[in-house]
Amino acid sequence: MADSADAIRINGTAVEPPGDPRVSLLDLLRERLELHGAKKGCDQGACGACTVLADGERIVSCLALAVQYTGREVVTIEGLTGEDGPHPLQRAFVEHDGFQCGYCTPGQICSAVGMAAELERGVPSYVTDDLAAERIAPGRDEVRERMSGNLCRCGAHNGIVAAITETYGTEAR
Amino acid sequence: MIPFTYARAENAADAVRLGAADGVKYLGGGTNLVDLLRESIERPTTLVDVTGLSSAIEERDAGLLIGAAARNTAVAEHRLVRTRYPVLSRAISSGASAQIRNMATVGGNLLQRTRCPYFYDADGFRCNKRNPGEGCDAVDGSNRTHAILGASSACVAVHPSDLGVALAALDADVHLHGTTGNRTVPLTELHRLPGDRPDVETVLEPGELITAIELPAPPPATRSAYRKVRDRASYAFALVSVAAVLGVEDGRVTAARIALGGVAPKPWRARTAEAALLGGPATEQAFRAAAEAELADAKPLRDNGFKVELAARTITAVLGRLAREQA
Ligand SMILES: Cc1cc2nc3c(=O)[nH]c(=O)nc-3n(C[C@H](O)[C@H](O)[C@H](O)COP(=O)(O)OP(=O)(O)OC[C@H]3O[C@@H](n4cnc5c(N)ncnc54)[C@H](O)[C@@H]3O)c2cc1C
Ligand code: SF4
Ligand code: FES
Ligand code: FES
Repeated sequence: MADSADAIRINGTAVEPPGDPRVSLLDLLRERLELHGAKKGCDQGACGACTVLADGERIVSCLALAVQYTGREVVTIEGLTGEDGPHPLQRAFVEHDGFQCGYCTPGQICSAVGMAAELERGVPSYVTDDLAAERIAPGRDEVRERMSGNLCRCGAHNGIVAAITETYGTEAR
Repeated sequence: MIPFTYARAENAADAVRLGAADGVKYLGGGTNLVDLLRESIERPTTLVDVTGLSSAIEERDAGLLIGAAARNTAVAEHRLVRTRYPVLSRAISSGASAQIRNMATVGGNLLQRTRCPYFYDADGFRCNKRNPGEGCDAVDGSNRTHAILGASSACVAVHPSDLGVALAALDADVHLHGTTGNRTVPLTELHRLPGDRPDVETVLEPGELITAIELPAPPPATRSAYRKVRDRASYAFALVSVAAVLGVEDGRVTAARIALGGVAPKPWRARTAEAALLGGPATEQAFRAAAEAELADAKPLRDNGFKVELAARTITAVLGRLAREQA
Protein backbone atom coordinates (compact mmCIF):
# COMPACT_ATOMS: atom_id res chain seq x y z
CA MET A 1 0.00 0.00 0.00
CA ALA A 2 1.25 3.43 -0.86
CA ASP A 3 2.55 5.83 1.79
CA SER A 4 -0.05 8.53 2.59
CA ALA A 5 2.02 11.44 1.22
CA ASP A 6 2.62 9.55 -2.03
CA ALA A 7 -0.91 8.26 -2.38
CA ILE A 8 -4.29 9.63 -3.34
CA ARG A 9 -6.81 8.73 -0.67
CA ILE A 10 -10.00 7.76 -2.43
CA ASN A 11 -13.03 7.07 -0.24
CA GLY A 12 -10.61 6.37 2.59
CA THR A 13 -8.32 3.99 0.71
CA ALA A 14 -4.77 4.92 -0.28
CA VAL A 15 -4.35 4.55 -4.03
CA GLU A 16 -1.10 4.81 -5.90
CA PRO A 17 -1.14 7.67 -8.42
CA PRO A 18 -0.95 6.54 -12.05
CA GLY A 19 2.51 6.27 -13.59
CA ASP A 20 1.33 8.13 -16.70
CA PRO A 21 0.61 11.76 -15.74
CA ARG A 22 -1.88 12.06 -18.61
CA VAL A 23 -4.47 10.01 -16.71
CA SER A 24 -7.30 12.15 -15.39
CA LEU A 25 -8.76 11.61 -11.97
CA LEU A 26 -12.00 10.60 -13.71
CA ASP A 27 -10.30 7.90 -15.76
CA LEU A 28 -8.45 6.68 -12.67
CA LEU A 29 -11.76 6.33 -10.85
CA ARG A 30 -13.71 4.73 -13.65
CA GLU A 31 -11.19 2.65 -15.51
CA ARG A 32 -8.65 1.61 -12.89
CA LEU A 33 -10.70 1.57 -9.68
CA GLU A 34 -14.04 0.60 -11.18
CA LEU A 35 -15.79 3.41 -9.35
CA HIS A 36 -18.40 4.14 -12.00
CA GLY A 37 -20.46 6.68 -10.06
CA ALA A 38 -18.74 9.74 -11.51
CA LYS A 39 -19.75 9.96 -15.18
CA LYS A 40 -17.94 11.17 -18.27
CA GLY A 41 -20.48 13.47 -19.86
CA CYS A 42 -18.30 15.86 -21.82
CA ASP A 43 -14.71 15.41 -20.62
CA GLN A 44 -14.33 19.20 -20.98
CA GLY A 45 -15.47 20.65 -17.66
CA ALA A 46 -18.81 21.71 -19.06
CA CYS A 47 -21.43 19.33 -17.64
CA GLY A 48 -20.51 18.50 -14.03
CA ALA A 49 -21.36 14.77 -14.33
CA CYS A 50 -17.83 13.89 -13.15
CA THR A 51 -18.00 16.03 -9.98
CA VAL A 52 -16.23 14.61 -6.92
CA LEU A 53 -14.96 16.14 -3.68
CA ALA A 54 -11.25 16.81 -3.10
CA ASP A 55 -10.52 17.73 0.51
CA GLY A 56 -14.22 18.54 0.74
CA GLU A 57 -14.27 20.87 -2.28
CA ARG A 58 -16.21 20.02 -5.40
CA ILE A 59 -14.15 19.71 -8.56
CA VAL A 60 -14.64 18.32 -12.06
CA SER A 61 -12.52 15.17 -12.16
CA CYS A 62 -12.33 15.15 -15.98
CA LEU A 63 -10.05 18.21 -16.03
CA ALA A 64 -8.03 17.03 -13.03
CA LEU A 65 -4.78 15.22 -13.71
CA ALA A 66 -4.74 12.43 -11.14
CA VAL A 67 -1.06 12.96 -10.21
CA GLN A 68 -1.93 16.45 -9.01
CA TYR A 69 -4.17 14.96 -6.32
CA THR A 70 -1.40 13.01 -4.63
CA GLY A 71 -1.58 13.60 -0.87
CA ARG A 72 -5.23 14.65 -1.07
CA GLU A 73 -8.49 13.12 0.04
CA VAL A 74 -10.99 12.37 -2.72
CA VAL A 75 -14.59 11.37 -2.03
CA THR A 76 -16.90 10.10 -4.76
CA ILE A 77 -20.59 9.29 -4.65
CA GLU A 78 -19.64 5.75 -3.57
CA GLY A 79 -17.91 7.23 -0.52
CA LEU A 80 -20.85 9.40 0.56
CA THR A 81 -22.99 6.49 1.67
CA GLY A 82 -22.39 5.96 5.38
CA GLU A 83 -22.73 2.93 7.63
CA ASP A 84 -26.33 3.80 8.30
CA GLY A 85 -27.22 3.86 4.62
CA PRO A 86 -27.59 6.57 2.02
CA HIS A 87 -26.55 10.19 2.62
CA PRO A 88 -29.51 12.40 3.61
CA LEU A 89 -29.22 14.18 0.29
CA GLN A 90 -29.46 10.87 -1.56
CA ARG A 91 -32.68 10.13 0.30
CA ALA A 92 -33.99 13.61 -0.54
CA PHE A 93 -33.25 13.08 -4.25
CA VAL A 94 -35.35 9.91 -4.17
CA GLU A 95 -38.15 11.62 -2.31
CA HIS A 96 -38.29 14.67 -4.60
CA ASP A 97 -37.77 12.87 -7.92
CA GLY A 98 -34.44 14.66 -8.32
CA PHE A 99 -33.60 12.51 -11.35
CA GLN A 100 -34.99 10.60 -14.27
CA CYS A 101 -32.25 8.65 -16.06
CA GLY A 102 -29.84 9.21 -13.17
CA TYR A 103 -26.80 9.95 -15.32
CA CYS A 104 -26.13 13.37 -13.83
CA THR A 105 -27.15 12.39 -10.29
CA PRO A 106 -23.82 11.36 -8.71
CA GLY A 107 -22.33 14.64 -9.93
CA GLN A 108 -25.34 16.62 -8.73
CA ILE A 109 -25.13 15.10 -5.27
CA CYS A 110 -21.37 15.52 -4.84
CA SER A 111 -21.72 19.06 -6.14
CA ALA A 112 -24.50 19.88 -3.68
CA VAL A 113 -22.49 18.49 -0.76
CA GLY A 114 -19.62 20.78 -1.78
CA MET A 115 -22.04 23.66 -2.24
CA ALA A 116 -23.35 23.25 1.31
CA ALA A 117 -19.82 23.59 2.68
CA GLU A 118 -19.29 26.73 0.57
CA LEU A 119 -22.47 28.29 1.92
CA GLU A 120 -21.37 27.44 5.42
CA ARG A 121 -18.08 29.31 4.84
CA GLY A 122 -19.88 32.31 3.36
CA VAL A 123 -18.59 31.91 -0.22
CA PRO A 124 -20.65 34.41 -2.24
CA SER A 125 -22.23 33.64 -5.61
CA TYR A 126 -22.98 35.89 -8.56
CA VAL A 127 -26.54 36.38 -7.26
CA THR A 128 -25.66 37.08 -3.62
CA ASP A 129 -27.01 40.58 -2.92
CA ASP A 130 -24.81 41.51 0.00
CA LEU A 131 -21.25 40.39 -0.60
CA ALA A 132 -20.28 41.38 2.94
CA ALA A 133 -22.89 39.08 4.54
CA GLU A 134 -21.50 36.42 6.88
CA ARG A 135 -24.32 33.97 6.27
CA ILE A 136 -26.09 33.28 3.02
CA ALA A 137 -29.46 31.56 3.04
CA PRO A 138 -29.68 28.77 0.44
CA GLY A 139 -32.83 30.08 -1.21
CA ARG A 140 -33.97 28.90 -4.62
CA ASP A 141 -32.07 31.51 -6.66
CA GLU A 142 -28.85 30.87 -4.77
CA VAL A 143 -29.16 27.11 -5.24
CA ARG A 144 -29.92 27.43 -8.94
CA GLU A 145 -26.95 29.71 -9.54
CA ARG A 146 -24.59 27.61 -7.42
CA MET A 147 -25.65 24.38 -9.12
CA SER A 148 -25.39 25.78 -12.66
CA GLY A 149 -22.20 23.78 -13.24
CA ASN A 150 -24.27 20.59 -13.21
CA LEU A 151 -26.42 20.02 -16.26
CA CYS A 152 -29.36 17.63 -16.37
CA ARG A 153 -30.57 16.62 -19.80
CA CYS A 154 -33.70 15.07 -18.36
CA GLY A 155 -34.71 18.42 -16.91
CA ALA A 156 -35.09 17.17 -13.35
CA HIS A 157 -34.02 20.56 -12.02
CA ASN A 158 -37.12 21.29 -9.97
CA GLY A 159 -36.71 18.06 -8.03
CA ILE A 160 -32.98 18.63 -7.68
CA VAL A 161 -33.45 22.12 -6.25
CA ALA A 162 -36.21 20.88 -3.96
CA ALA A 163 -34.05 18.05 -2.63
CA ILE A 164 -31.15 20.39 -1.97
CA THR A 165 -33.16 23.14 -0.32
CA GLU A 166 -34.93 20.62 1.88
CA THR A 167 -31.67 19.06 3.00
CA TYR A 168 -29.66 22.22 3.58
CA GLY A 169 -32.25 24.95 3.68
CA THR A 170 -33.21 25.09 7.34
CA GLU A 171 -32.93 28.86 7.03
CA ALA A 172 -34.29 29.01 3.50
CA ARG A 173 -36.57 31.89 2.67
CA MET B 1 -2.42 13.84 -26.08
CA ILE B 2 1.32 13.47 -26.49
CA PRO B 3 3.25 12.04 -23.51
CA PHE B 4 4.78 14.43 -21.00
CA THR B 5 6.56 14.24 -17.69
CA TYR B 6 5.25 15.84 -14.53
CA ALA B 7 7.17 17.68 -11.83
CA ARG B 8 5.99 19.58 -8.80
CA ALA B 9 7.74 22.87 -8.00
CA GLU B 10 8.36 23.59 -4.31
CA ASN B 11 8.85 27.33 -4.73
CA ALA B 12 9.19 30.01 -7.39
CA ALA B 13 12.95 29.58 -7.81
CA ASP B 14 12.48 25.85 -8.24
CA ALA B 15 9.70 26.40 -10.79
CA VAL B 16 11.74 28.81 -12.87
CA ARG B 17 14.75 26.48 -12.80
CA LEU B 18 12.57 23.63 -14.08
CA GLY B 19 10.69 25.95 -16.41
CA ALA B 20 13.79 27.21 -18.20
CA ALA B 21 14.03 24.10 -20.41
CA ASP B 22 12.34 23.83 -23.81
CA GLY B 23 8.88 22.30 -24.01
CA VAL B 24 7.86 23.14 -20.43
CA LYS B 25 4.46 24.49 -19.45
CA TYR B 26 3.43 25.51 -15.97
CA LEU B 27 0.36 23.73 -14.63
CA GLY B 28 -2.17 25.50 -12.43
CA GLY B 29 -5.54 23.88 -11.83
CA GLY B 30 -5.36 22.41 -15.31
CA THR B 31 -8.87 23.50 -16.23
CA ASN B 32 -7.75 25.11 -19.48
CA LEU B 33 -4.44 23.39 -20.11
CA VAL B 34 -5.75 19.81 -19.80
CA ASP B 35 -8.38 20.55 -22.42
CA LEU B 36 -5.74 21.98 -24.77
CA LEU B 37 -3.43 19.02 -24.17
CA ARG B 38 -6.22 16.64 -25.16
CA GLU B 39 -6.77 18.56 -28.38
CA SER B 40 -2.99 18.60 -28.98
CA ILE B 41 -3.21 22.38 -29.31
CA GLU B 42 -0.65 22.62 -26.51
CA ARG B 43 2.15 20.07 -26.84
CA PRO B 44 4.51 20.43 -23.87
CA THR B 45 6.93 17.65 -23.00
CA THR B 46 7.04 18.60 -19.31
CA LEU B 47 4.44 20.05 -16.98
CA VAL B 48 5.69 21.87 -13.91
CA ASP B 49 2.94 22.00 -11.29
CA VAL B 50 2.93 25.45 -9.68
CA THR B 51 -0.11 24.98 -7.43
CA GLY B 52 2.23 24.46 -4.44
CA LEU B 53 3.56 28.02 -4.76
CA SER B 54 2.24 30.90 -2.70
CA SER B 55 -1.52 31.08 -2.53
CA ALA B 56 -1.53 33.52 0.38
CA ILE B 57 -3.85 36.52 0.34
CA GLU B 58 -2.46 39.21 2.60
CA GLU B 59 -2.63 42.93 3.25
CA ARG B 60 0.27 44.82 1.71
CA ASP B 61 0.53 48.56 2.41
CA ALA B 62 -3.08 49.61 2.07
CA GLY B 63 -3.69 47.05 -0.67
CA LEU B 64 -3.70 43.29 -1.12
CA LEU B 65 -1.13 40.76 -2.33
CA ILE B 66 -2.61 37.60 -3.84
CA GLY B 67 -0.37 34.59 -4.52
CA ALA B 68 -0.69 33.33 -8.10
CA ALA B 69 -1.63 29.85 -6.87
CA ALA B 70 -4.64 31.16 -4.93
CA ARG B 71 -7.75 29.40 -6.18
CA ASN B 72 -10.43 31.60 -7.74
CA THR B 73 -12.91 30.66 -4.99
CA ALA B 74 -10.44 31.57 -2.25
CA VAL B 75 -10.08 35.07 -3.71
CA ALA B 76 -13.82 35.56 -4.24
CA GLU B 77 -14.65 34.53 -0.67
CA HIS B 78 -11.86 36.44 1.08
CA ARG B 79 -13.30 38.92 3.55
CA LEU B 80 -11.16 41.84 2.34
CA VAL B 81 -11.96 41.11 -1.29
CA ARG B 82 -15.70 40.97 -0.57
CA THR B 83 -15.68 44.21 1.41
CA ARG B 84 -13.02 46.34 -0.34
CA TYR B 85 -12.97 44.96 -3.87
CA PRO B 86 -16.52 43.72 -4.51
CA VAL B 87 -15.95 44.08 -8.27
CA LEU B 88 -13.31 41.34 -8.03
CA SER B 89 -15.40 38.96 -5.95
CA ARG B 90 -18.36 39.43 -8.29
CA ALA B 91 -16.28 39.03 -11.45
CA ILE B 92 -14.80 35.76 -10.24
CA SER B 93 -18.13 34.32 -9.20
CA SER B 94 -19.57 35.19 -12.62
CA GLY B 95 -16.99 32.94 -14.28
CA ALA B 96 -17.17 29.23 -15.13
CA SER B 97 -18.79 26.96 -12.49
CA ALA B 98 -18.18 26.52 -8.78
CA GLN B 99 -16.24 23.32 -9.47
CA ILE B 100 -13.94 25.05 -11.94
CA ARG B 101 -13.46 28.06 -9.67
CA ASN B 102 -12.36 25.68 -6.90
CA MET B 103 -9.64 24.30 -9.18
CA ALA B 104 -8.61 27.38 -11.17
CA THR B 105 -5.70 29.49 -9.97
CA VAL B 106 -5.31 33.24 -10.39
CA GLY B 107 -2.21 32.81 -12.59
CA GLY B 108 -3.94 30.23 -14.79
CA ASN B 109 -7.06 32.33 -15.16
CA LEU B 110 -5.07 35.26 -16.53
CA LEU B 111 -3.17 33.03 -18.95
CA GLN B 112 -6.10 30.92 -20.12
CA ARG B 113 -6.41 30.92 -23.88
CA THR B 114 -9.18 32.19 -26.09
CA ARG B 115 -12.44 30.30 -26.58
CA CYS B 116 -12.53 31.14 -30.30
CA PRO B 117 -14.14 27.98 -31.75
CA TYR B 118 -11.77 27.98 -34.72
CA PHE B 119 -8.80 27.98 -32.36
CA TYR B 120 -10.20 24.85 -30.71
CA ASP B 121 -11.01 23.05 -33.94
CA ALA B 122 -7.50 22.03 -34.88
CA ASP B 123 -8.56 19.71 -37.71
CA GLY B 124 -10.87 21.76 -39.82
CA PHE B 125 -9.93 25.42 -39.67
CA ARG B 126 -7.13 27.90 -40.15
CA CYS B 127 -5.96 29.83 -37.10
CA ASN B 128 -2.99 32.18 -36.80
CA LYS B 129 -2.73 31.53 -33.09
CA ARG B 130 -2.27 27.80 -33.60
CA ASN B 131 -0.31 27.96 -36.82
CA PRO B 132 1.21 31.41 -37.30
CA GLY B 133 0.80 32.66 -40.84
CA GLU B 134 -1.81 30.19 -42.06
CA GLY B 135 -4.71 32.65 -41.86
CA CYS B 136 -7.76 33.17 -39.69
CA ASP B 137 -11.09 31.60 -40.50
CA ALA B 138 -12.93 33.72 -37.93
CA VAL B 139 -12.33 37.07 -39.67
CA ASP B 140 -14.83 36.22 -42.39
CA GLY B 141 -16.50 33.36 -40.57
CA SER B 142 -18.93 32.96 -37.76
CA ASN B 143 -17.74 35.69 -35.41
CA ARG B 144 -20.62 36.62 -33.16
CA THR B 145 -18.51 36.18 -30.01
CA HIS B 146 -15.39 37.92 -31.33
CA ALA B 147 -13.71 41.27 -30.73
CA ILE B 148 -14.88 44.77 -31.60
CA LEU B 149 -11.87 46.56 -30.09
CA GLY B 150 -8.11 46.01 -30.37
CA ALA B 151 -8.23 43.16 -32.89
CA SER B 152 -6.28 42.87 -36.16
CA SER B 153 -6.85 41.27 -39.54
CA ALA B 154 -4.70 38.37 -38.27
CA CYS B 155 -6.86 37.58 -35.24
CA VAL B 156 -10.18 38.77 -33.86
CA ALA B 157 -10.38 36.54 -30.77
CA VAL B 158 -11.38 37.82 -27.34
CA HIS B 159 -9.73 37.09 -24.03
CA PRO B 160 -12.19 35.05 -21.97
CA SER B 161 -11.23 35.99 -18.40
CA ASP B 162 -13.67 37.72 -16.06
CA LEU B 163 -11.20 37.97 -13.19
CA GLY B 164 -8.74 39.86 -15.41
CA VAL B 165 -11.34 42.48 -16.29
CA ALA B 166 -11.87 43.31 -12.61
CA LEU B 167 -8.10 43.39 -12.04
CA ALA B 168 -7.70 45.82 -14.95
CA ALA B 169 -10.24 48.18 -13.40
CA LEU B 170 -8.50 47.88 -10.02
CA ASP B 171 -5.09 48.98 -11.38
CA ALA B 172 -3.54 45.65 -10.37
CA ASP B 173 0.13 44.83 -10.88
CA VAL B 174 1.42 41.40 -11.85
CA HIS B 175 4.54 40.10 -10.10
CA LEU B 176 6.76 38.00 -12.35
CA HIS B 177 9.75 35.80 -11.62
CA GLY B 178 12.10 34.67 -14.36
CA THR B 179 15.63 33.46 -14.89
CA THR B 180 16.87 37.04 -14.86
CA GLY B 181 15.05 37.98 -11.65
CA ASN B 182 11.82 39.66 -10.60
CA ARG B 183 9.80 42.36 -12.29
CA THR B 184 6.35 43.86 -12.08
CA VAL B 185 4.06 44.77 -14.97
CA PRO B 186 0.68 46.48 -14.80
CA LEU B 187 -2.08 43.98 -15.49
CA THR B 188 -3.21 46.13 -18.42
CA GLU B 189 0.19 45.50 -20.03
CA LEU B 190 0.40 41.76 -19.38
CA HIS B 191 -1.47 40.82 -22.56
CA ARG B 192 -0.42 42.01 -26.01
CA LEU B 193 -2.74 43.03 -28.79
CA PRO B 194 -2.54 40.55 -31.68
CA GLY B 195 -1.12 42.76 -34.45
CA ASP B 196 0.50 40.38 -36.92
CA ARG B 197 1.62 37.95 -34.18
CA PRO B 198 -1.53 36.68 -32.45
CA ASP B 199 0.40 33.62 -31.25
CA VAL B 200 2.39 35.86 -28.88
CA GLU B 201 -0.27 36.67 -26.31
CA THR B 202 1.58 38.19 -23.37
CA VAL B 203 4.77 40.06 -22.52
CA LEU B 204 6.07 37.06 -20.53
CA GLU B 205 9.54 35.83 -21.41
CA PRO B 206 9.93 32.09 -22.01
CA GLY B 207 9.77 30.34 -18.64
CA GLU B 208 8.66 33.46 -16.79
CA LEU B 209 6.28 32.74 -13.94
CA ILE B 210 3.46 34.80 -12.45
CA THR B 211 4.04 34.76 -8.70
CA ALA B 212 1.43 37.22 -7.40
CA ILE B 213 -1.07 39.96 -8.13
CA GLU B 214 -0.89 43.19 -6.18
CA LEU B 215 -3.92 45.42 -5.72
CA PRO B 216 -3.49 49.01 -4.57
CA ALA B 217 -6.01 50.39 -2.10
CA PRO B 218 -9.24 51.27 -3.88
CA PRO B 219 -9.48 55.03 -4.51
CA PRO B 220 -11.18 56.67 -1.50
CA ALA B 221 -14.95 57.11 -1.51
CA THR B 222 -15.64 54.88 -4.49
CA ARG B 223 -17.92 51.93 -5.14
CA SER B 224 -17.32 49.13 -7.57
CA ALA B 225 -19.37 46.61 -9.51
CA TYR B 226 -19.17 43.94 -12.20
CA ARG B 227 -21.89 43.08 -14.67
CA LYS B 228 -21.69 40.26 -17.18
CA VAL B 229 -24.04 39.87 -20.13
CA ARG B 230 -24.20 36.41 -21.68
CA ASP B 231 -26.41 34.13 -23.73
CA ARG B 232 -27.85 32.45 -20.64
CA ALA B 233 -28.17 33.48 -17.01
CA SER B 234 -25.25 31.45 -15.69
CA TYR B 235 -22.22 29.39 -16.69
CA ALA B 236 -21.33 31.03 -20.00
CA PHE B 237 -18.56 33.28 -21.24
CA ALA B 238 -19.25 37.00 -21.50
CA LEU B 239 -20.66 38.58 -24.62
CA VAL B 240 -19.90 41.87 -22.87
CA SER B 241 -18.84 42.51 -19.30
CA VAL B 242 -18.14 45.73 -17.44
CA ALA B 243 -16.02 46.25 -14.33
CA ALA B 244 -16.26 49.74 -12.88
CA VAL B 245 -14.97 51.72 -9.92
CA LEU B 246 -16.75 55.04 -9.55
CA GLY B 247 -16.55 57.94 -7.11
CA VAL B 248 -19.23 60.65 -7.07
CA GLU B 249 -19.30 63.76 -4.90
CA ASP B 250 -21.85 66.58 -5.15
CA GLY B 251 -23.07 65.15 -8.43
CA ARG B 252 -19.58 65.13 -10.04
CA VAL B 253 -17.38 62.20 -10.94
CA THR B 254 -14.29 62.18 -8.71
CA ALA B 255 -12.87 58.84 -9.81
CA ALA B 256 -13.64 56.48 -12.68
CA ARG B 257 -11.97 53.25 -13.68
CA ILE B 258 -13.69 51.08 -16.21
CA ALA B 259 -12.66 47.84 -17.91
CA LEU B 260 -14.50 45.73 -20.48
CA GLY B 261 -14.56 42.00 -21.08
CA GLY B 262 -15.80 39.97 -24.03
CA VAL B 263 -15.00 42.69 -26.55
CA ALA B 264 -11.21 42.68 -27.00
CA PRO B 265 -8.13 40.43 -27.13
CA LYS B 266 -7.30 41.48 -23.57
CA PRO B 267 -9.05 42.92 -20.54
CA TRP B 268 -9.87 46.32 -22.05
CA ARG B 269 -9.27 49.36 -19.91
CA ALA B 270 -11.66 52.06 -21.11
CA ARG B 271 -9.42 55.08 -20.61
CA THR B 272 -11.20 57.25 -23.17
CA ALA B 273 -14.45 56.84 -21.26
CA GLU B 274 -12.70 57.51 -17.96
CA ALA B 275 -11.17 60.75 -19.26
CA ALA B 276 -14.54 61.88 -20.57
CA LEU B 277 -16.15 61.29 -17.16
CA LEU B 278 -13.63 62.70 -14.74
CA GLY B 279 -14.74 65.98 -13.15
CA GLY B 280 -17.96 66.00 -15.15
CA PRO B 281 -21.55 65.48 -14.08
CA ALA B 282 -22.60 62.04 -12.88
CA THR B 283 -25.63 61.84 -15.12
CA GLU B 284 -27.03 59.17 -17.39
CA GLN B 285 -26.31 61.36 -20.45
CA ALA B 286 -22.69 61.80 -19.42
CA PHE B 287 -22.30 58.04 -18.84
CA ARG B 288 -23.79 57.26 -22.23
CA ALA B 289 -21.58 59.86 -23.94
CA ALA B 290 -18.47 58.45 -22.27
CA ALA B 291 -19.40 54.92 -23.35
CA GLU B 292 -19.92 56.10 -26.92
CA ALA B 293 -16.58 57.88 -26.90
CA GLU B 294 -14.88 54.64 -25.87
CA LEU B 295 -16.66 52.69 -28.57
CA ALA B 296 -16.12 55.25 -31.33
CA ASP B 297 -13.20 53.15 -32.59
CA ALA B 298 -15.10 49.86 -32.46
CA LYS B 299 -14.75 47.74 -35.59
CA PRO B 300 -17.59 45.27 -35.61
CA LEU B 301 -17.37 42.14 -37.74
CA ARG B 302 -20.11 40.44 -39.75
CA ASP B 303 -21.93 38.90 -36.78
CA ASN B 304 -21.02 40.95 -33.71
CA GLY B 305 -22.28 44.48 -34.40
CA PHE B 306 -24.72 44.02 -31.53
CA LYS B 307 -21.81 44.16 -29.08
CA VAL B 308 -21.29 47.88 -29.71
CA GLU B 309 -24.74 48.88 -28.49
CA LEU B 310 -24.71 46.19 -25.80
CA ALA B 311 -21.41 47.50 -24.42
CA ALA B 312 -22.67 51.10 -24.48
CA ARG B 313 -25.83 50.14 -22.61
CA THR B 314 -24.03 47.97 -20.08
CA ILE B 315 -21.44 50.65 -19.28
CA THR B 316 -24.20 53.24 -18.88
CA ALA B 317 -26.25 50.96 -16.65
CA VAL B 318 -23.37 49.95 -14.37
CA LEU B 319 -22.20 53.55 -13.91
CA GLY B 320 -25.77 54.65 -13.32
CA ARG B 321 -26.23 52.09 -10.59
CA LEU B 322 -22.94 53.01 -8.90
CA ALA B 323 -23.85 56.71 -9.04
CA ARG B 324 -27.29 56.08 -7.52
CA GLU B 325 -25.68 54.17 -4.66
CA GLN B 326 -23.70 57.32 -3.83
CA ALA B 327 -26.46 59.85 -4.32
C1 LIG C 1 -16.71 24.96 -19.08
C2 LIG C 1 -15.84 26.13 -18.74
C3 LIG C 1 -16.38 27.40 -18.59
C4 LIG C 1 -15.58 28.49 -18.25
N1 LIG C 1 -16.13 29.73 -18.11
C5 LIG C 1 -15.35 30.78 -17.75
C6 LIG C 1 -15.88 32.09 -17.59
O1 LIG C 1 -17.08 32.31 -17.73
N2 LIG C 1 -15.04 33.09 -17.21
C7 LIG C 1 -13.70 32.88 -17.02
O2 LIG C 1 -12.98 33.82 -16.66
N3 LIG C 1 -13.16 31.67 -17.22
C8 LIG C 1 -13.95 30.63 -17.57
N4 LIG C 1 -13.40 29.40 -17.77
C9 LIG C 1 -11.96 29.28 -17.78
C10 LIG C 1 -11.36 28.99 -16.42
O3 LIG C 1 -11.60 30.10 -15.58
C11 LIG C 1 -9.88 28.79 -16.65
O4 LIG C 1 -9.72 27.55 -17.28
C12 LIG C 1 -9.08 28.82 -15.37
O5 LIG C 1 -9.19 30.05 -14.71
C13 LIG C 1 -7.62 28.51 -15.65
O6 LIG C 1 -6.92 28.40 -14.44
P1 LIG C 1 -6.06 27.10 -14.14
O7 LIG C 1 -5.32 27.34 -12.86
O8 LIG C 1 -6.88 25.88 -14.19
O9 LIG C 1 -5.05 27.16 -15.36
P2 LIG C 1 -4.31 26.02 -16.18
O10 LIG C 1 -5.26 25.38 -17.11
O11 LIG C 1 -3.54 25.15 -15.26
O12 LIG C 1 -3.27 26.91 -16.99
C14 LIG C 1 -3.67 27.87 -17.95
C15 LIG C 1 -2.42 28.51 -18.55
O13 LIG C 1 -1.74 29.30 -17.57
C16 LIG C 1 -0.38 28.90 -17.44
N5 LIG C 1 -0.04 29.13 -16.04
C17 LIG C 1 -0.74 28.69 -14.95
N6 LIG C 1 -0.22 29.21 -13.82
C18 LIG C 1 0.84 30.00 -14.19
C19 LIG C 1 1.77 30.82 -13.48
N7 LIG C 1 1.73 30.95 -12.15
N8 LIG C 1 2.71 31.49 -14.18
C20 LIG C 1 2.78 31.36 -15.53
N9 LIG C 1 1.93 30.60 -16.25
C21 LIG C 1 0.96 29.93 -15.59
C22 LIG C 1 -0.35 27.47 -17.92
O14 LIG C 1 0.93 27.13 -18.41
C23 LIG C 1 -1.40 27.49 -19.02
O15 LIG C 1 -0.83 27.98 -20.20
C24 LIG C 1 -14.20 28.29 -18.07
C25 LIG C 1 -13.63 27.03 -18.22
C26 LIG C 1 -14.43 25.95 -18.55
C27 LIG C 1 -13.80 24.60 -18.71
S1 SF4 D 1 -9.72 34.78 -34.33
FE1 SF4 D 1 -7.65 34.33 -33.60
S2 SF4 D 1 -7.94 32.47 -32.43
FE2 SF4 D 1 -9.76 32.63 -33.75
S3 SF4 D 1 -9.23 31.54 -35.68
FE3 SF4 D 1 -8.64 33.66 -35.96
S4 SF4 D 1 -6.47 33.66 -35.39
FE4 SF4 D 1 -7.34 31.82 -34.48
S1 FES E 1 -17.35 15.08 -17.75
FE1 FES E 1 -16.36 16.47 -16.43
S2 FES E 1 -17.60 18.21 -16.60
FE2 FES E 1 -18.47 16.91 -18.09
S1 FES F 1 -31.49 12.71 -14.56
FE1 FES F 1 -31.01 12.32 -16.64
S2 FES F 1 -29.45 13.78 -16.96
FE2 FES F 1 -30.17 14.35 -15.05
